[in-house]
Amino acid sequence: MSIAKSILRGDEQAALTLRALYRDHGYTQYKMNKFEEYDLYVRNKDFLISDHIITFTDTSGKLLALKPDVTLSIVKNSEKRAGTNKVYYQENVYRVSGRTHTFREIMQLGLECIGDVDAFCRFEVLTLAAKSLKAISPNAVLDVSHLGIVSAVLDSIGVTDATRQGLLRCIGEKNVHELRAIATSANVAPERLDALCALVSSYGKPAAVLPSLMPLLYPLAPANILSDFSALLTALESSPVGDIVRLDFSVIGNIGYYNGLVFKGFVDGVPDGLLSGGEYNGLMRKMGKSEDAIGFAVYLDALERFHKNDADVDVDAVVLYGEGTDLALLGRAMDDLVASGKTVAAHRAVPTGLRYRELLKFDEKEGTLIETDD
Amino acid sequence: MKPMINVALPKGRLGEKVYDMFEKAGFPCPSIKEDNRRLIFENEELGLRFFWAKPSDVPIYVERGVADIGVAGKDILLEYLPDVYELLDLDLGKCRMAVAAPKDFRDDPRRTLRVATKFSRIAKNYYDALGRDIDIIHLNGSIEIAPIIGLSDVIVDIVETGTTLKENNLEVFATVVPISARLIANKSGFKFKNETIEKIVRGIAAQVEMRK
Repeated sequence: MSIAKSILRGDEQAALTLRALYRDHGYTQYKMNKFEEYDLYVRNKDFLISDHIITFTDTSGKLLALKPDVTLSIVKNSEKRAGTNKVYYQENVYRVSGRTHTFREIMQLGLECIGDVDAFCRFEVLTLAAKSLKAISPNAVLDVSHLGIVSAVLDSIGVTDATRQGLLRCIGEKNVHELRAIATSANVAPERLDALCALVSSYGKPAAVLPSLMPLLYPLAPANILSDFSALLTALESSPVGDIVRLDFSVIGNIGYYNGLVFKGFVDGVPDGLLSGGEYNGLMRKMGKSEDAIGFAVYLDALERFHKNDADVDVDAVVLYGEGTDLALLGRAMDDLVASGKTVAAHRAVPTGLRYRELLKFDEKEGTLIETDD
Repeated sequence: MKPMINVALPKGRLGEKVYDMFEKAGFPCPSIKEDNRRLIFENEELGLRFFWAKPSDVPIYVERGVADIGVAGKDILLEYLPDVYELLDLDLGKCRMAVAAPKDFRDDPRRTLRVATKFSRIAKNYYDALGRDIDIIHLNGSIEIAPIIGLSDVIVDIVETGTTLKENNLEVFATVVPISARLIANKSGFKFKNETIEKIVRGIAAQVEMRK
């Protein structure tokens, strides 16, 4: 039986498209339990977007949680093996919405590449992130940053933890005026302040931004990180998804967990970031794993209002029938309508509020449908 | 068709001053100056739509993306922490968030300090940094009466001229944070309407610099 695409909601269509994309690139589906031991999240609370977790006691007395996150479970269960383990997932997670302060069920789709992560793995993951966004809308943007570079620049200015936190916040907010005030009161040298301000205010296509930014960064961050990052962005920009790639150091994550690339995806018409990811070797080490890892998640719930339901009616035809109708004849008449490509609902009276195109009455004697106004 | 830039301005004198800055920056919408009770104004030619909003609601409009940019006080941004970009300090609407108390107030560190405020998060962060144990009493208005009638020991509130405090026999004991109006942007809108938003920011920043 073939299924019409129109029956799928926009987020369901996107989910199927993205799953096919990841499968085509050799990622295998990772299916996990709905529940996870609560302890896993307590130990890695800072990694979670929200630390509110729905818990319950299992029949064995164990404290379990409804998953607020997928990556932690995948990392926990990942086993060391040669090469890389490439998986994708589609799971519901349960977390508190920052806006409504209530729990929400969120459909999350994403992929993880764990193991011997090399330059091509990074390129491939970023490319798949960009392709995911383009599959949802041609009007998309993938902002890419590197926490290793941001950390190195902050290390080079040698400030207290509190000042560092303040500067990081300003970088994330593109807040140059407060960044200047904090750095000035911490006696940051002018050339380093210039580099910090450039980090905050630089935004655009890599080819347009890198030439002016790199000379400022080379004295402050390791040359190999800068040249690798620059090479990766150049390769991305020359790829078929290059038109949506932007350099943006305001994309920051938890520095304790993320260490290298971090990126965020946006689609025009969706006010929030739709995709978020990065290299999380810090998390791997915290969980006792020696492998490297990179991945991203797509938050499909953000698409709820993006794909509008354009249907002007609930059903094409309503068929009215009376008491004692010949069931087989009515069933056949309904099947004929469905076979003609219409959606059809049988009722004894039109339900209040139902929107339809045509109203038909089932003629008991003839076994046919006739148009009616009442 | 040119994409429309939606701008949320705070209703009142501050919003009017900010609109003048938009106009001088080359982004006018003359109908906004007409004497009527409309809240939304468009300049179709420039692809601009301004709307007046309650000042504390501006960050909500911007965070939710119905406004691409907006102007909000730093007090509102610190209290509600919206996920937006803060692009510019407009150097307007300047005041400070302060701790005030009756003139004879002496802090007794052996007791929990009772703090009345409309800005619970700002007050909590301030006293957390000092390591002071406090009991926050969240009020929605007339904060000044709280210490006078014994509801709290101190208040954390916005102080502009200090006249209201003086008339209620209160005085400022500490400044929590200086406040001024900020230009904020929706993170997604900033990406897709970047060229125009950057132009607006440059035009307004030049005026802020000239005023200094």
